[in-house]
Amino acid sequence: MGKITLRNVAKRFGEVAVIPDINLDIEDGEFVVFVGPSGCGKSTLLRLIAGLEDVSDGTIEIDGVNATDLPPAKRGLAMVFQSYALYPHMTVRKNIAFPLKMAGLDPAEIERKVDGAAKVLNLSNYLERRPGQLSGGQRQRVAIGRAIVREPKAFLFDEPLSNLDAALRVNMRIEISELHQTLKTTMIYVTHDQVEAMTMADKIVVLNAGRIEQVGSPLELYRRPANLFVAGFIGSPKMNFIEGSEAKLHNAATIGIRPEHIDLSTSAGTWKGTVGMSEHLGSDTFMRVTVEGLGMLTVRASGEVSVQQGDTVWLTPQDGKLHHFDANGKSLA
Amino acid sequence: MSTQSTRLAARLMVAPSVILLFIWMIVPLAMTLYFSFRLYRLLSPERTGWVGFNNYIWFLNSPDFWLAIWNTLALVGGVLVITVVLGTLVALLIDQPVKGQGVLRILVIAPFFVMPPVAASIWENLFMHPQNGLFAAISRGFGAQPILFLEQHPMPSVIAIVAWEWLPFATLILLTALQSLSSEQIEAAEMDGASAFSRFRYIILPHLTRAITAVILIQTIFLLGIFGEIYTTTQGGPGSASTTLPYMIFKQAIVAKDIGRAAAGGIIAVILANIVAVFLMRGLGKNLDA
Ligand SMILES: Nc1ncnc2c1ncn2[C@@H]1O[C@H](COP(=O)(O)OP(=O)(O)O)[C@@H](O)[C@H]1O
Ligand SMILES: [Mg+2]
Repeated sequence: MGKITLRNVAKRFGEVAVIPDINLDIEDGEFVVFVGPSGCGKSTLLRLIAGLEDVSDGTIEIDGVNATDLPPAKRGLAMVFQSYALYPHMTVRKNIAFPLKMAGLDPAEIERKVDGAAKVLNLSNYLERRPGQLSGGQRQRVAIGRAIVREPKAFLFDEPLSNLDAALRVNMRIEISELHQTLKTTMIYVTHDQVEAMTMADKIVVLNAGRIEQVGSPLELYRRPANLFVAGFIGSPKMNFIEGSEAKLHNAATIGIRPEHIDLSTSAGTWKGTVGMSEHLGSDTFMRVTVEGLGMLTVRASGEVSVQQGDTVWLTPQDGKLHHFDANGKSLA
Repeated sequence: MSTQSTRLAARLMVAPSVILLFIWMIVPLAMTLYFSFRLYRLLSPERTGWVGFNNYIWFLNSPDFWLAIWNTLALVGGVLVITVVLGTLVALLIDQPVKGQGVLRILVIAPFFVMPPVAASIWENLFMHPQNGLFAAISRGFGAQPILFLEQHPMPSVIAIVAWEWLPFATLILLTALQSLSSEQIEAAEMDGASAFSRFRYIILPHLTRAITAVILIQTIFLLGIFGEIYTTTQGGPGSASTTLPYMIFKQAIVAKDIGRAAAGGIIAVILANIVAVFLMRGLGKNLDA
C-alpha cells in the first residue's frame, strides 16, 4: 500500500512561503512526477512528504494514517537523493544492507535481500567495492538498491538522473520505469525536465512558485493544458504564443500552437513568413519563421524539407490544434 | 610536472630549502649525539673526554627513568583520550544551529590562546589551590576536605591542565570535519531508520576518522615535549611523581648542569618519539589514505 494525501500543506522558511497551500492525492501504485522550473519548491514538497522538513500547516496522510508528525523512519518511505548520499566508507553491500541492519533483521535475511536487490540492479559483481570506485550510473543503482530492500510504501526520487550523462539518463529512465512495472509500488519522482516527466509518469503534477498549476496524465497535459504556464512548460520545443489582433480573431487574449501542429508550404497557407535559423536534427528540422504581425514562430518540419534561410514560406495551423487562453492565462475550453 | 626536464627543474628549485632544512635538523642532532658520549659538566669544565655509553647507562639505571617514561606516555595518552572524546562531543554540540554561534565558537577556542605557563598558573592558583581555589571552595561547600590536587594527584592534575589547553585544537579540527559531512548523508541515514546514536556510530564517526587521526598525530608531537606546565605547577614532584622525560632532561641540563647526561636523555627522547611514531603510523596511517 502507498496512498499519500496532502491536505492544505504549507511550508514557510521564515517569512517566505515557499509552498502556500497544496492539496494532492497520490493513489497506491501510481508513478507521480513533480515537474516545474528550478526553485519552484519541488524538493521542498518531497522533503515534506519524506518528513525531512516539518510542515508549517496542513496534514500529510500515508495509507489513511496521519503522518504529519511522524519522524522520517516511521513513515515507511524510501528516498533516492540527487547526490545519491551513499555512505562513502561502506562497501556497496553494507550500503544496501544499512536500512535492514537498522531495522534489526538477522544477518542471513539481510544477506538474502541484498543479494536479491543486487541481482535485480546488476550490481552483483560490485558488492565489495566502495561507492568511490563506481561510475555514476552504478552509484545511482546502489542508491536505488538501498531504497528497494526496505520494501517501502513509496519511493521518493529527487532529480535522480541530473548527474548522469545524456545516454545513461535515457537508460536509467527506462530502468526506473521497469522497476515500477515490477514492484508496482507508489513512486514520486521530482524533476525539472519535462521530457522525463512525459516519458515516465502516470500522473504529472506541474508546480510553479509552490503552487500546483495542473495535475493530469502526460497526454492530458499535452492536449489540454489548463493555462499558459503548463502550455509553455510541457512539450518540446515550446508552444508558440500569439497575442494581439490575430488572437482577437479567435476571441482569446492569447492563442497557442505547438511547432508540430503547423504545416509548412512554399506556395500557400494562412500566415506568410520568412525563414530564419534552422536546427537540423536529421529526423526533424526545427525552423524559426518570422511572420509579420505575429512575431517569431517555431515550426517542426520533416528532416527532408529543403528551404533556406531567407526563403518565404507559408504556415497553416492544423485544424483543432489551436489553444485559446484568456487575459489571466487560463485556458478557454 | 611530468616531463623529465620539468621534474629536474622542480628538484633544483626545492633543493635550497630542503638542504637548509636538513642542516637545520642534522646539526643539533649531531651535536647532541656527540655530547651524549662525552663527559661535559658545566661545574667542572676542566674534566673532559669520551665516556662511551656511561651517560646512557646512568640514565637507564636512574631510579626515575622508567617512572618518567611511564609519566610521559600517560600524559600523551591521557590528553589524547580526553581531547578526542570531549573534542568530538563539543564539536557536535557547537555544530548545532544556536543563537550567538559565532561568540560561542570563539569562547570554545579561547583556551588555545592562553600561554602554557599562564594556563598552568591559572589552574594552580585559581582552581586547584587548597585554600583559594574554586575546587576547594566547592569541596568545602559540600562539607568535604579540599582535595590536594597537585600534591596527591600530580599526574592527573597535569594531564587535566594540558587537556584543557589542547581541547580547543581538537574541537576546531573536528568541527571543520563535521561541517564537511553532507547533510544528505545524515538525512539518508535518518530515512533508513538510524537512531541518533546509530547515525553517530555509522556515519559521523567514520567520517571523522581522518580528522581524529590528524589530531592524534599532531598533538602527540607537541605532547611528547610538554614541559612548561610541569615546571610551573609541580616541578616534577612531589618527589619525582610527575617527572616526565623532558623534565628529567631539564633537571640534568639546568639543575645538575651535566650536559653529557642531558644529551643522552635527549637521544633517548628522540628514540621514544620514533617508537611512538612507528606505532601510530602502523595503527593509524592507513586512515590518512584518501
Ligand atoms: N532550508 C531552507 N531555508 C530557506 N529557504 C529554502 C530552504 N530550502 C529551500 N528554500 C527555498 O525554497 C525554494 C524552493 O526550493 P526547492 O524546493 O529546493 O526548489 P526545487 O527543488 O524546485 O528547485 C527556493 O527558493 C529555496 O531558496
Ligand atoms: Mg530540487
